[in-house]
Amino acid sequence: MNLWNAMEVGLKEIWAHKFRSLLTMLGIILGVSSLVAMSAMVTGMEKGAREALVAVGGLQKVRVEGQPVPPDQRHLRDFARGVTLSDVYAIQGSVPEIEDVSPEMRLDTPPTLTANGKFTRTFMTSGVWPVQLEMMEHKVEHGRMFNEVDDELARSVCVIGTGIRDDLWGDPEKTGEEIIPLGKTISVNGYPFTVVGMFEHYESEQEHRERQIRKAEEAKRIAAGQTNSAAGPRRDRGWNGGGRRGGFAFWIKNHTVYLPLNTMWVKLVSGVTNVPAEPRLSNLEIKIRDVQNLNLALTEIRNVLMINHHGVEDFAFRTQEDWADQINLYIKNARLSGGLISGISLLVGGIGIMNIMLASISERIREIGIRKAVGAGGVDVFVQIVVESVVIAMIGGAVGLVTSLGLLQLIAFVSPTDNAPIVTLSAMAFAFGASVLVGVLAGLFPAVKAARMNVIQALRYD
Amino acid sequence: MALLELRDVRKVYHLGGEEIRALDGITLNIDGGEFVSIIGPSGSGKSTLMHILGCLDTPTHGTVTLDGTPIQQASARELARMRNRKIGFVFQFFNLLPKLNVVQNVELPMIYAGLNGHQRREKALKALEAVQMGHRLKNRPSQLSGGQQQRVAIARALVNDPKIIFADEPTGNLDTHTGEIILELFRSLSKQGRTVIIVTHNPEIAAVTPRRIEIRNGKIADRVDARLAGLEKTALLSHSGHDTTIAPA
Ligand SMILES: Nc1ncnc2c1ncn2[C@@H]1O[C@H](COP(=O)(O)OP(=O)(O)O)[C@@H](O)[C@H]1O
Ligand SMILES: [Mg+2]
Repeated sequence: MNLWNAMEVGLKEIWAHKFRSLLTMLGIILGVSSLVAMSAMVTGMEKGAREALVAVGGLQKVRVEGQPVPPDQRHLRDFARGVTLSDVYAIQGSVPEIEDVSPEMRLDTPPTLTANGKFTRTFMTSGVWPVQLEMMEHKVEHGRMFNEVDDELARSVCVIGTGIRDDLWGDPEKTGEEIIPLGKTISVNGYPFTVVGMFEHYESEQEHRERQIRKAEEAKRIAAGQTNSAAGPRRDRGWNGGGRRGGFAFWIKNHTVYLPLNTMWVKLVSGVTNVPAEPRLSNLEIKIRDVQNLNLALTEIRNVLMINHHGVEDFAFRTQEDWADQINLYIKNARLSGGLISGISLLVGGIGIMNIMLASISERIREIGIRKAVGAGGVDVFVQIVVESVVIAMIGGAVGLVTSLGLLQLIAFVSPTDNAPIVTLSAMAFAFGASVLVGVLAGLFPAVKAARMNVIQALRYD
Repeated sequence: MALLELRDVRKVYHLGGEEIRALDGITLNIDGGEFVSIIGPSGSGKSTLMHILGCLDTPTHGTVTLDGTPIQQASARELARMRNRKIGFVFQFFNLLPKLNVVQNVELPMIYAGLNGHQRREKALKALEAVQMGHRLKNRPSQLSGGQQQRVAIARALVNDPKIIFADEPTGNLDTHTGEIILELFRSLSKQGRTVIIVTHNPEIAAVTPRRIEIRNGKIADRVDARLAGLEKTALLSHSGHDTTIAPA
């Protein structure tokens, strides 16, 4: 008996009991659609998280921060100088595994930035070297980054992120016109700084897409001769319109203000604190050439710093490993719980199919007897029942795949996220495969039962 | 060598500690081309015998040889194969599949014989023509009369070109007239050279077959009951040595 024939009989059986079959498929439909939807959501989240990780420099980046002297070194406290530029030079000179070192100096309290009659505060105001630009994966879209000369001469210039521009001059999304505040003056804690550059707007791919869509709609409206958005009232466009959207990583990046390190020191720090012999940095950003060498590089940097700090361990390392690990753990957990829910649905679906197949064979005892009398072997009957079970599961699986797309829309509607779900072909294939497997397993027991039926008794049955 | 050879065949059922000897030492030969009726009172073991002859069941004891193949210890799979290739069944209650139409029912044995759709259709049409049912191909069994259903069942029994056709009370569920037509069909099959074995307690059918085997209490009766065989008393005497099966030595 060929498979096609068994499938034909299976389809006829399903068609003959449409409602019953549909109810039976429900578990599989739910299982498959939740499996695909969950996987799509987790994949979306994972992508968003990894984008954010890359936005802050990826795993290659190590930060050295000053920290209090550890308890067992308290007697050395007076020797602690914190992280200084001499550390930068030492690391540059003796650790070959690093690509670059970039010093950063911040104020203890976030400074107040004033311009255009508005003010804002950001703890992302730092004095840096121009190299910080590459280090933090920044891109200057308008104007320029300050250079070594600006730093040497401690010029009062700054480069800002679009978030600062939004705070002080308005968000172009809201006002309808984009202000590029080059040449404008921002006062930082009362000291005037000239804006020489502005970074590009950082956002996740998801946000980017949404913004493009809004732009296109806008263009269409204008083309259609409707109210110009700049003149007309601007409205909040619902869940993806306002608020602090996107990953926190992108938000922070957009709220960065860079001043030359020297300027920071001369104008803002030394004037307001006790002046130590050497300018104290808040941290160093270090980029490792190859993530593979992360541990080696960390050891070497630590050795160099320990010598430079005369054995006082008043610094600590911070890597993105924890974050990456956390992303991985979170993703793993999300997958696990999603898989568990889907697995339970599939299990229930499987039990349903088994139940219906058992009912089906006891309704068809005589049919099985007749088939056997005209020459169907046990294997033929077995295959027949398993195929019927698999056909139910496969239809359920296929419907589940379609339903999953609807389910995703529903989830997006009920609980919008910044990370658009990503439906992958492999997730769909996996879920469909799982439904087929459930069909096979659910069919086994009824199939064995049917195959073992005694011909004569089956023929007599009525 | 005979087409069917039974030697001391016994079938014993155990029902709650009680032993039921449905067949109790049957020995007989049936040659290819014979037209035989198996007669006997209800409960005598006719159906049990037919099940064993027809490879639906195996005996508890004894040997059965079908077309040279011993089947007393055959596996379920081998029996199914034998049924498919060498045997056609016609039942009292037709036993057509209600969800399939006429052609599909006739095609059923060929599905298990592994024929492709084209071959199946061709042979099914031929078999249906042979029983004058070629005009009702797309009908469901429920749309046919009893006699028509039985004709379809006969077409199904014929379609794999079997050596033997078994019929268990084939007219038991039909009116007299229709029964006669069906019987005539069996007779013409026999004339074409097929081996036909009919299980019946209808004397009129038994009267038609040249050879009658009477079962009583699981054994072959040495004298055929004239009333059951549909013969007159005088006829019984004249036929006794010839048509009654006597166990070979
Ligand atoms: N599966 C079975 N279990 C127990 N007893 C059976 C079974 N099948 C048949 N019998 C018994 O065997 C005897 C012969 O039955 P059967 O061959 O059906 O008789 P017939 O067809 O001549 O009426 C009867 O007594 C019947 O009750
Ligand atoms: Mg009977």
